[in-house]
Amino acid sequence: MSITSHTKAAIGAIAILYGTLSGAAAQDADNITAVRNEDGRYYTADDVPTFNVAEDGTVDWPTYEGFRRYHSECHVCHGPDGEGSSYAPAIKNSAVDLDYYDFLEIVASGKMESKGGTEFVMPTFGTNRNVMCYLDDIYVYLKARGSDAIPRGRPRQKEPKSDAIRADQKECLDG
Amino acid sequence: MKRFLTGAALLLLSGSLTASANESVLEATGNPAQWAIQTGDYANTRYSKLDQINAGNVGDMQVAWTFSTGVLRGHEGSPLVIGDVMYVHSPFPNIVFALDLNNDGKILWKYEPKQDPNVIPVMCCDTVNRGLAYADGKIFLHQADTTVVALDATSGEVVWSVKNGDPSKGETNTATVMPVKDKLIVGISGGEFGVRGSVTAYSIADGTRIWRAYSMGPDSDILVDPEKTTHLGKPIGTDSGLNTWEGDQWKIGGGATWGWYSYDPELNLIYYGSGNPSTWNPGQRPGDNRWSMTIMARDADTGIAKWFYQMTPHDEWDYDGINEMILTDQEIGGEMRKVLTHFDRNGFGYTLDRVTGELLVAELFDPAVNWTTGVDMDPASPTYGRPAVVPAMSTETNGEDVNSVGICPAALGSKDQQPAAYSPKTELFYVPTNHVCMDYEPFHVAYTAGQPYVGATLSMYPPEGETNMGNFIAWDGKTGSIKWSLPEQFSVWSGALATAGDVVFYGTLEGYLKAVDANTGEELYKFKTPSGIIGNVMTFEHGGKQYVAVYSGVGGWAGIGLAAGLTNSTDGLGAVGGYAALSNYTALGGTLTVFGLPN
Repeated sequence: MSITSHTKAAIGAIAILYGTLSGAAAQDADNITAVRNEDGRYYTADDVPTFNVAEDGTVDWPTYEGFRRYHSECHVCHGPDGEGSSYAPAIKNSAVDLDYYDFLEIVASGKMESKGGTEFVMPTFGTNRNVMCYLDDIYVYLKARGSDAIPRGRPRQKEPKSDAIRADQKECLDG
Repeated sequence: MKRFLTGAALLLLSGSLTASANESVLEATGNPAQWAIQTGDYANTRYSKLDQINAGNVGDMQVAWTFSTGVLRGHEGSPLVIGDVMYVHSPFPNIVFALDLNNDGKILWKYEPKQDPNVIPVMCCDTVNRGLAYADGKIFLHQADTTVVALDATSGEVVWSVKNGDPSKGETNTATVMPVKDKLIVGISGGEFGVRGSVTAYSIADGTRIWRAYSMGPDSDILVDPEKTTHLGKPIGTDSGLNTWEGDQWKIGGGATWGWYSYDPELNLIYYGSGNPSTWNPGQRPGDNRWSMTIMARDADTGIAKWFYQMTPHDEWDYDGINEMILTDQEIGGEMRKVLTHFDRNGFGYTLDRVTGELLVAELFDPAVNWTTGVDMDPASPTYGRPAVVPAMSTETNGEDVNSVGICPAALGSKDQQPAAYSPKTELFYVPTNHVCMDYEPFHVAYTAGQPYVGATLSMYPPEGETNMGNFIAWDGKTGSIKWSLPEQFSVWSGALATAGDVVFYGTLEGYLKAVDANTGEELYKFKTPSGIIGNVMTFEHGGKQYVAVYSGVGGWAGIGLAAGLTNSTDGLGAVGGYAALSNYTALGGTLTVFGLPN
């Protein structure tokens, strides 16, 4: 993706604005702060998907979608609201701590590790369209949870689903 | 004369009359010093005739000894005791220990299977295992990867093993097995992965497959006689497992069989329930989805079904029907009946005639249940036996991508697999229950073999205005009414034990083993074990002393769903997280705790 220096400067100004609105911690600003809205999807300065929470609590559509998909595909291991369980870690923190591309890699390819004599195994979701078609949504939802930008539970207000998002979902699920 | 036989006495009697059931199981379960199968007896009463520990002295009970399994995951089921040996099992990797009770629990042998760790994440909701079974000098284990193993009870050597399913398609196992006559009855898990559930009978002698009955599909697959197999007294007709589905959905139709099995030696029938139809999105599977959510009575020799009762046709809430079927003889309406009592996830406590499948009682055992106004009990009605669904709670009516709110119970049910107990002395059932509600939003989902196939978003919380997420209740199955109810902060996820000492035992998710008075529910004893209890309480006698034993080791769906605490969607923003988090009370564990009276 190419961004001109002109737009970069403009984005910088917006970043400060969004940073204030979402209340993100300064050290997380690079990976959290939305600087750009593309058809209802928000991105950081590094073109990494992120959430956007308006002053009245309205969340972007992908964050809302992520809440729904997380509580279908992920919560049976990682617990409600990304809080973790007796079985799997609090993934809401992983979305903040991990690099976006590392996060994608783990979901697509799985992960296996042994801690204290107990094997923890995350499956590979690479062939699962119910997960992969909504991966950015799940990611931004968890990042919003991990940075405390949204409380636990179903987001009350959401931006409408854009035509572009609707078309992309259909293409991904049918493809 | 009051004609009342305990489950064990009944089994002994019928065993000696017919000589048809597995003699070693009847003999082993008939001796109250032992605990030979997970359910205590074929009737699933979880009742022991031992009375050395009783309501008068249980308050003096102490920990006698403990044993760590070395595994930190949800510990369901219980140990077995045969003679002087205790058999302990663990969750994945499904280790089995034989402990010498004559020698301070010295390990006589240990069996640790090699299983592909990739089976771990295809097990919905933790790698639990609900335990071993004993028959004919063999210990039977059904591993997570669906390998069924017969171990020599003396040496631990593998006598035979057989593969029951394919984990790469999401077929796994969490359940115990039931030895009946010369066969081993085996189920399967994977309803959230689009498996087609089945029950299989293997030869106890060598593991040869004898019959397999699927939960849905052609008549030849579901082992029915369309003219003789009945549903509420009427023949089921041809293709019932096909024509209640649209297209090929039945091939990935769920109806997993991960619960408990019971057996009536006199009738030669095995009883069990089938799980949810898949997916959780009801809009993707029009029809009644037979025979998911069904109580099944099958001939032990052939697998042919005698009768079915589908409790929740076309499920819209994930109310699996797999909970235990407790077989007792009770006087109902002035007549002694051979009955089956079942506490379903959907909130109904059912009593059926287990000979014919006639529905006698269907009453709610948690007053919070709100998805239904009751079961139609009029045999002349076209909707006989069906639950009347409250339209606002119908996730099908509300449709895809619509969040249906405030449905009670939640998907984990008013009661999950944690088995109830029955005391023939009090004629009461003792039932561990959940007291949790949910929001449920179904949506369209694509099927990929071996991948989760769920299709609904859920969030769970206690009923409005309440903070306790569980109750431990005493239930009168003849009338379908609650005699007493003990509120518990968390769901009660531990199987109960009733004894001739008029004591009822159960465990809590905080880790307490509790003993209550069988008549009044008064708490007589409690002890906090190392971790939350999702195991079932058992009892045995050794060296003239009675012991009570239970696993602690939090996990399972309870450990996943309740670890971080629940939120209430009806609360305002910022008020969430106000309910107790299990992680504030307990951490992972894997310990057997054995209790006895002081010497």
